[in-house]
Amino acid sequence: MSLTFDSARLPNPHITPEHEEWRAQLRKFIDTEIIPYAEDWDEAGHIPIELWPKAAAVGLLGMGYPEEFGGIKEGIDSWHTWIANEELARIGVGGIPASLMVHGIGLPPVINWGSEAMKQAVAPPVLAGEKHIALGITEPGGGSDVAQLATTALHDGDDFIVNGSKTFITGGLRANWVTTAVRTGGEGAAGVSMLLIPTDAEGFSRTALDKKQGWWASDTATLYFDNVRVPVTNLIGEENQGFKVIMTNFNSERMFMSAAMEALGRVCLEEAVNWARERKTFGKRLADHQVIRHKIVQMKQRLNATQAYIRVCYESMEAGNPNPGDIALLKVQASETMEFCAREAMQILGGIGYMRGNRVERIYREVRVNAIGGGSEEIMRDLAARQYGV
Amino acid sequence: MKVLVAVKRVVDYNVKVRAKADGSDVDLNNVKMAINPFCEIAVEEAIRLREAGVATEVIAVSIGDKSCQEQIRTSLALGADRGIQVETEGAVEPLVVAKLLKGVIEKEQPQLVILGKQSIDGDNNQTGQMLGALTNMPQGTFASELVVDGDKITVTREVDGGLQTLSLNLPAIVTTDLRLNEPRYASLPNIMKAKKKQMDVYSPADLGVEPKAHLTTLKVEPPPERKAGIMVASVEELVDKLKNEAKVIS
Ligand SMILES: Cc1cc2nc3c(=O)[nH]c(=O)nc-3n(C[C@H](O)[C@H](O)[C@H](O)COP(=O)(O)OP(=O)(O)OC[C@H]3O[C@@H](n4cnc5c(N)ncnc54)[C@H](O)[C@@H]3O)c2cc1C
Repeated sequence: MSLTFDSARLPNPHITPEHEEWRAQLRKFIDTEIIPYAEDWDEAGHIPIELWPKAAAVGLLGMGYPEEFGGIKEGIDSWHTWIANEELARIGVGGIPASLMVHGIGLPPVINWGSEAMKQAVAPPVLAGEKHIALGITEPGGGSDVAQLATTALHDGDDFIVNGSKTFITGGLRANWVTTAVRTGGEGAAGVSMLLIPTDAEGFSRTALDKKQGWWASDTATLYFDNVRVPVTNLIGEENQGFKVIMTNFNSERMFMSAAMEALGRVCLEEAVNWARERKTFGKRLADHQVIRHKIVQMKQRLNATQAYIRVCYESMEAGNPNPGDIALLKVQASETMEFCAREAMQILGGIGYMRGNRVERIYREVRVNAIGGGSEEIMRDLAARQYGV
Repeated sequence: MKVLVAVKRVVDYNVKVRAKADGSDVDLNNVKMAINPFCEIAVEEAIRLREAGVATEVIAVSIGDKSCQEQIRTSLALGADRGIQVETEGAVEPLVVAKLLKGVIEKEQPQLVILGKQSIDGDNNQTGQMLGALTNMPQGTFASELVVDGDKITVTREVDGGLQTLSLNLPAIVTTDLRLNEPRYASLPNIMKAKKKQMDVYSPADLGVEPKAHLTTLKVEPPPERKAGIMVASVEELVDKLKNEAKVIS
């Protein structure tokens, strides 16, 4: 047995033949429709718009969303989600899942807290891959301290007038709607609301942030709101209750980021092992040098720990009692594991690893966005300490 | 029109198979299994016929132990309407498979039976032909195109040196070649729906067949390892070696 992406996965008793079938079919889809083009898309800085309807047809976009909006929910559990995130990570081009699946952070607030009319208008076209939605929380003035956000929405008759800006917004250039955090009340968390802002509204504009360390295939944008008029009915949830919406959203975002990061670490392991078994130095295979063997198993050791931890967190989500502190620390565990694996795999690959066009090189460049986005390592530790009542 | 498709559980085509240390067989321990690619093409063709309104029902049949129900489920997820498993133990030879399929045909009376031209494990390429002989049905093997026209089908076959076109009366047997179609992926909703589709299990006795072995595997060994290549210094040296050592040019 060797250490491959698949063989380095720990057994999981929750996995049924239907889960395996989902993995097999999804992998076939990804191997045919995405992987042959992934590198070109990354270099070109975008993915073709036709990919969304294709991903919808295979069930990827609708996974976990209600059937009435074109999703598939019955019988779907966390293990389907984990598999999807693993398989998307296996591409080794982080910008693709980031952009393709960005509705995974933009749409749940609408589904969970939006009005019936809003859900009917937004969810079906998004889940069919025909329209796009993004999540706008971070501002030029700051991202970690969400409670201090400065974009305002002031009442004017039946409308809000929105002023301010959002930055680093994934899918921001393509979005038809942005699920936006705005200040409708006083200072702090208690004055925050979530508002669905259509990007064809007058006064809305955006610019691309297309020079990035990684995630090139993903469109990232700064959004500007200049007296944008939005109906009050576009509120997602109650006025000044937006913080709760944001916090609920974070758990699932952190879970899928963690699942992806572990899988990206596993890609690094697979690439490193393949190379170490082929490459000879000083008369023997790299894999026969003790230093290299230890690097390889240390990667596996950390991946094992992360996988087991992911499973525990998904189990608690399945049981309906997720622990936000544990999930926050899982995200740190996953980004540190990914970082370690990317580093060690790069060392094992040597010079060739530094050349563009291999998964390890790209994953190495995409460590930081995972360690910063969706809640940075520092903020995750801080949140956990508070959760644990330290 | 009822269409019967035969599907086989085989080692996934991505897997590098290894021989068991004792040379008795290939090692199937912890190996990823999948539907035989040619069978998958057969399923796809049947589903396309149903989508075109030509077929009214597609039945997927597999022969093997309980685990082959996974490949039937795959076929159901791809779009087959119901499944049949014929429960057998151990390896079954093409002749036994053909006899069991004949039994299923007698029960189900399909107008069209589609099989893969061969399965990528044994590479026997026999079952379809044997089934044709046993049932006395006309056969179009290695199909790269299949057109149904009333009670006839036209099968384009890939043969050495070109394409051959056959016209067959239904009911008929068709085996698929690689270029017949490109199978779809089963979507997540269809995977979930497949769980609820009907699957019947028959024993060989139900079909009046007693599985017998006519073949014995003597030894399974890996092909000899390729020797490492050498770098030649010049085109002249290469030509010399091709001429005098490999003797592939003169
Ligand atoms: C490619 C990319 C895509 C993104 N996509 C989106 C998106 O779709 N939607 C969205 O809303 N946002 C998105 N983000 C933004 C991301 O969520 C933020 O970058 C992140 O939350 C950190 O915010 P910040 O960049 O403003 O850093 P800051 O909040 O300014 O923090 C800077 C540094 O200080 C540390 N720090 C901050 N406060 C503390 C403290 N109290 N104690 C210790 N350390 C602290 C942080 O950990 C960080 O290391 C994206 C970012 C990137 C890079």
